[in-house]
Amino acid sequence: MAGIAARLTDGLSRRTVIWLVFLLAALVIAPWLLNDYLVTVLILILYLAFAGQAWNIMMGFAGQLSLGHALYAGLGGYIAAVLFTRYGIGPWLGFLAAMPVAAAAGAIIGFLAFRFGVTGVYFAILTIAFAEFARIGFDHLAIVNAAAGLFLPVAQSAHNDLWRLRGDPTMFYYVMLAATLVALLLCRLLMRSRIGYFWLAIREDEDAARAVGIPTFRYKMYAVMISAALTSFTGVFYAFFYNNLFPEQVFNISQSIQMILGPIIGGVGTLFGPILGAFVLTGLAESLNAALTAFGLDLPGAEQVFYGVCLLLVVGALPEGIWPPLARRCGIAERAS
Amino acid sequence: MTVSHIKPNRRHVIAGAAAAAASFATPAIGRAQGGPLKVGVLLPRSGFEAGIGQDCQRGVAIAPPILKSLGLPELTIMDGDTESSVETARARAAKMISDGAQCLVGAFDSGQTLAIAQVAEQNGVPLIVNIAAAPQLTEQGYKFVFRNFPTAGMILSDAFADQKEVFAAVGHEPKTVVFMHVNDTFGAAMSKGINFLMPKFDMPYKILDEIAYDPAAHDLSVEVTKAKASNPDALLVVSRLNDAMLITRELVKQRWTPQAILSMGPGWYEDEYFKTLGKLSDGPLSFVPWFDPNKKLAQQLEAALAKAYPGVNLNTNHVFTFEALLVAADAYKRAGTADPKALADAIRSTNITDNVSIGGGIAFDAKGQNTKVKDGAIQNRSGKPVVVAPKEASNATPEWPLKPYQSRA
Amino acid sequence: MPFDVYLNVAVGGILTGLVYGLMALGLSVIFGVVRVVNFAHGEMMSIAMFLAVVLFSAFHLDPLIMMVPIAAVLFAFGYALQSGLINPFITRPEHSQFLLLVAVGLIIVNVLLIVFGPDARTVQTAYAYDSFQVGPLIVDAAKVYAGVAAVLFAAALFVFFRVTLVGKAIRACADNYTGALVVGLNVNRLYALTFGIGAACVGAAGAMMTLIVDVTPMIGPTYTLLAFVIVITGGLGSMPGALLGGILIGLTEALAGLLFTPSAKSMFAFAILVLVLLFRPQGILGKRAA
Repeated sequence: MAGIAARLTDGLSRRTVIWLVFLLAALVIAPWLLNDYLVTVLILILYLAFAGQAWNIMMGFAGQLSLGHALYAGLGGYIAAVLFTRYGIGPWLGFLAAMPVAAAAGAIIGFLAFRFGVTGVYFAILTIAFAEFARIGFDHLAIVNAAAGLFLPVAQSAHNDLWRLRGDPTMFYYVMLAATLVALLLCRLLMRSRIGYFWLAIREDEDAARAVGIPTFRYKMYAVMISAALTSFTGVFYAFFYNNLFPEQVFNISQSIQMILGPIIGGVGTLFGPILGAFVLTGLAESLNAALTAFGLDLPGAEQVFYGVCLLLVVGALPEGIWPPLARRCGIAERAS
Repeated sequence: MTVSHIKPNRRHVIAGAAAAAASFATPAIGRAQGGPLKVGVLLPRSGFEAGIGQDCQRGVAIAPPILKSLGLPELTIMDGDTESSVETARARAAKMISDGAQCLVGAFDSGQTLAIAQVAEQNGVPLIVNIAAAPQLTEQGYKFVFRNFPTAGMILSDAFADQKEVFAAVGHEPKTVVFMHVNDTFGAAMSKGINFLMPKFDMPYKILDEIAYDPAAHDLSVEVTKAKASNPDALLVVSRLNDAMLITRELVKQRWTPQAILSMGPGWYEDEYFKTLGKLSDGPLSFVPWFDPNKKLAQQLEAALAKAYPGVNLNTNHVFTFEALLVAADAYKRAGTADPKALADAIRSTNITDNVSIGGGIAFDAKGQNTKVKDGAIQNRSGKPVVVAPKEASNATPEWPLKPYQSRA
Repeated sequence: MPFDVYLNVAVGGILTGLVYGLMALGLSVIFGVVRVVNFAHGEMMSIAMFLAVVLFSAFHLDPLIMMVPIAAVLFAFGYALQSGLINPFITRPEHSQFLLLVAVGLIIVNVLLIVFGPDARTVQTAYAYDSFQVGPLIVDAAKVYAGVAAVLFAAALFVFFRVTLVGKAIRACADNYTGALVVGLNVNRLYALTFGIGAACVGAAGAMMTLIVDVTPMIGPTYTLLAFVIVITGGLGSMPGALLGGILIGLTEALAGLLFTPSAKSMFAFAILVLVLLFRPQGILGKRAA
């Protein structure tokens, strides 16, 4: 136990640890101070932060650009939802069932890609193809009600049922907060373990890594599978929070793109990048909305243009993302990313 | 006037003070009396459903003077954009409630409406659904959700009944049909419903083939070819505007005019359809929730729309969005207060017979569903839809069969 | 099903495929030479389509005639985009360029949405409802015109690359970047020129596409994906490959729609993509990547 705690905080200055604790405390008491709308916004931010963190494992750690991550989220959501609506199995068990399936899907894609030498942009397109395949496929799958959509029965949410994830937004907030925390810790542990160093080597120079004897295929597969399994949780959460699933929306490429905006803007491969990115993006978008409403302007699509411009600026001017330069400025050196 | 940030005592505790939450959940300003009722209207104003959302908005824009002329209290409309997405719909609904909305109206899309319904129910703010057909909305046991629109099942049952009435009136009935439908939420739900309900209605035709197509399809030549190959008497469709236009164009290009086009969804009666296709737009029958042209309020609404938006025909979007506001204003008048719970109770006891849509008027059952609303059968004639069934709501007689496309100028 | 049904569907699929092929041709040219993965390809086409629609509704100018001016406008756009925005990124990692264009695509789609609104626009030419009847074959007139125009445009492009000096210079850049620099070619300018030419292809294809489909701001991404499927199947960097890929995909989609559920016909295109990526990543007519 002490060993794990040491590994978690090793390399972090005291200042960093204090900042982290402060941030965590702020997030924990947030629902008590904020109204429902802001809590919903925070849930969205944490959701994107979590998804971004999961995606980051594949991209930032193993260097594989996936633009079809909605596939794993969708699989997670649908499996948990079907188990719940047909057999009354709770979402946590549903997640346990979804994880291996998502991991298997990731493994298939990874295997096909790595064995057949599909890399870089081709890999990205491959992931898009699989996600689209799932989208159209599920649109015809009777067991999930195809395109008509799968609706979860929304029982009385007067009391919070953590086991079945039925309840008010505050409960969902804490669930998402806990999940994001777990993801963060998991990533940190992974980064500082052997697997993390191997991933770093593979990302920096795969041929050299192979030359020194790292089984690159195996470790890339690990990255893909862990990323996929983790992402499936976002689907489970989505299913039980919104209570309806449509293949058209769940597997849509715009979902995949939304998942990657956070980490890219925040900083691919870093620990806090995805979280910071999610906060900045969603915060700015909501402010933009408020500003437009205040001016009485009705510009549908303005938000998306804004996202596009942000992406453009970051990719152009801040290729590392917002977090690394910020971290350096604050004197918080994140180890070797 | 927002006091939304000063409520430490209104937050729920996870361990379940939720019973108290129901009464604490509403913003303090919700209890104000007098003044206009703050109604949050959530529609898809951007994203792929934007066209429809903006059309619904027209129903909102022309409402105030008409409501005033009926002696109903004033409404302050807050516009919200669901961006055609479930997540945004939920967030916007929450924002509107924090900004003081005392009643919500929305949202056209069943998935988005369900998300909004949850927020409304949790906060004890009434939601009046203007358009959304998924049956689940009124099956959740919600106390604050009211739907003044038929469910998919109701739409189908009425459609079958109206079809029989039309067949009887024209003295013809198709023996075979091909069923084409868009494979999206609505289309898929209708498909399921048709396969389930049709046997119970003993319809004179049988379905030779069912052709589902992608909602994003921009070329339906293959689908129409397939339909033509079965040589049915009539075409049964559930489509959207774009597909309706595409299908019609293909029918012309492939030189095939079925005896009738029986549509059970949007698209075939929309303004763009008439404008784009001109003479080629005449003839299709649509079985949809519609306004009753013989009702006084409908005529008033039609006139107001023609004045504000010349060239725009009155359609389902305007009618039901207007009626949702009508319900809100009427309930506010009877409740005398904007207190959400009182408002919800007032909505539940709504009984408006001088309304716009076809049927017995607006009244909600215990589940919050209006069971009195009926579908009508409309037919495209000379650039405008006319109502041909049910008889009491009609203003024209149906024509059969479709005039061959090749012989139209 | 009687044979003429298959024939009709196949012919329609091939004609549409030719236009797809022209669109993909632009992508192939861009990638083959500049090595940029243009993820805003379909979005650029949607700009061209809206231009065609606007010109038609304002001045009643047939898109086939406007094909050349529209291609010119897109050429300018492509040229500017490449020299201004993309060129600085040539040395960046692949995924940076990719994401840059994703961002550009996102911006284009939504600006179009803000300017034109979400409704579908059509071009109602005089021949929009015509069809030719040859025995059992009924062919859509507009598709025939579009298909023929696509072939002509592609042929002109082949000639350009084979015969003209500029065309040869561009091919030289593609074959050997360093060599091109060594012999004194202004590679940056040629890159911009090539991107412009690719964009012009997309512009012409867009003008033709308005004869076949409706335009909404949201169609961009669908065509981007389609362009990639075609180009990868046909062979990245191979011009005949793009056309061949287009025909193949057009035909497959049409026949799949006829034989199976039409709503699932896109799955076949993706299945082909996956198979090609795995077993013949250079595509049917492509050369193995250097």
